[in-house]
Amino acid sequence: MTVTLFAFYLFAFTAILSGFFVVIARNPVHSVLWLILTFFSAAGLFVLMGAEYVAMLLAIVYVGAVAVLFLFVVMMLDVDFVELKSGMQKYFLIGAAIGIVLLMEIGLVIGHWNVAPEAGSLLQSPTPSLADAHNTLALGQIIYTDYIYLFQIAGLILLTAMIGAIVLTLRHRTDVKRQNVVDQMQRDPSKAIEMINVKPGQGL
Amino acid sequence: MISVEHYLAVAAVLFVIGIFGIFLNRKNVIVILMSIELMLLAVNINFVAFSTHLGDLTGQVFTLFVLTVAAAEAAIGLAILVCFFRVRGTIAVENINVMKG
Repeated sequence: MTVTLFAFYLFAFTAILSGFFVVIARNPVHSVLWLILTFFSAAGLFVLMGAEYVAMLLAIVYVGAVAVLFLFVVMMLDVDFVELKSGMQKYFLIGAAIGIVLLMEIGLVIGHWNVAPEAGSLLQSPTPSLADAHNTLALGQIIYTDYIYLFQIAGLILLTAMIGAIVLTLRHRTDVKRQNVVDQMQRDPSKAIEMINVKPGQGL
Repeated sequence: MISVEHYLAVAAVLFVIGIFGIFLNRKNVIVILMSIELMLLAVNINFVAFSTHLGDLTGQVFTLFVLTVAAAEAAIGLAILVCFFRVRGTIAVENINVMKG
């Protein structure tokens, strides 16, 4: 058994096992931690396939941002997770049945498919040889040229998501004192102080 | 030698685990979102497997966009979840019937 094959089976079984633990774990914090392990194993699989850039992206974006976001929300919300788990046995059988049927159907497809004979001439952007450009360089060369508009749209999608998340979770609390910048800036020094000439013995 | 079918099998199992998770955790919307992330990860594995198998980089570019949309979806989904928790005090998605839709 070569090292590559060993690494493949290690990453594959880790990914599948930890993926399974994500859905059956009783504590959602454990679910998130298993999810992180799944992402790391998938990143290892990507490295084995020769897609280092996507692997690093998976480790940075998914583990560094998405999984930590999940962790924040799980820990921030005060939820009774035992009550949420109560219906698990009821759905286990139907879920397992549907899963097995689906897996068999996908297995049939994986077992019987062929690459079309003209597939070689239909390549949109053929991978340059490793001597010319490594994976990251080759990807960068096509993302910033052929796919620049799609790349910009991806940025807009992230901007929309950011604005949406902020708008959804922003709440205006009326029970706290806030700084009113406009009022402060429009404050006129001449009206800030009023000089009153108080006559002796009379008072205001 | 590892063939493309090996990777497709891993992706298929991960995808089915994601669907199984949605069925299993019908009340807990956080785990449902994580199951969706698992399914998107399986799709990404398929894309990259075919991309490297056929020698076409477009699959990996598409993976970047799937990653983008997955990140946006997680952010929006969790924001909606936080909103819902503020209003109802629970995240049980089974009783989301306020709008009677």
